[in-house]
Amino acid sequence: MTVLYFAWLRQRVGAGAETVSPPPEVTTVGALMDWLAARSPGHAAAFADRGRIRAAVNQEHVKPDAPVRAGDEVAFFPPVTGG
Amino acid sequence: MSVRVQSEPFDPGAALAAFTAEAVGAGAVVSFTGHVRDEGGRLTALTLEHYPGMTEREIARWVETARERWPLIAVQVIHRTGRLTPGEPIVFVAAASAHRAAAFEAASFLIDLLKTQAPFWKLEEGAEGARWVEAREADDAAAQRWR
Repeated sequence: MTVLYFAWLRQRVGAGAETVSPPPEVTTVGALMDWLAARSPGHAAAFADRGRIRAAVNQEHVKPDAPVRAGDEVAFFPPVTGG
Repeated sequence: MSVRVQSEPFDPGAALAAFTAEAVGAGAVVSFTGHVRDEGGRLTALTLEHYPGMTEREIARWVETARERWPLIAVQVIHRTGRLTPGEPIVFVAAASAHRAAAFEAASFLIDLLKTQAPFWKLEEGAEGARWVEAREADDAAAQRWR
């Protein structure tokens, strides 16, 4: 699946996008965050404060219990500040 | 086009004139333009990051919701991305209807929902460096009142 990072998450991870293949037990957005956080110190820093992170799957806002599947586009970002 | 997310600057006056010319039959045209504030001289630039694809989809979703909820003749949202300086227009929202209540409410609804749903993130530059703007509870409250 493709994972995208925006704003300070992107800065902490050190990349705006990556392709990942999590193990089959990673079936939700929340579980994916746990799995990604272990990839590097930068990832851990990005995911340290879950309250400040929002997610989208296939370009739709979702909650942490939303499912993720192979082939999905999952994005992590801070609460939005447009307008 | 109803929804434009662009890196090019836009002129709100020209946008309103073009919108009004297209909104044939509208008795009421309401618009909102948001500008970069200089925060008392502290801010030197504002960079708007976005999520290409999702940003346009989200704005289009809320435009469609506004069309379903109010009798609108025309709606438009223009939003900048990239690096802006104080005073520059960031966002333009316009709504046209036969009568003013729908136009006022739809324009207000759209900017409130855009601020809480559309994937943009603001990076402020100032004398002490750059910092990411935090989302405001007041914006969440404004969006909630439309439920």
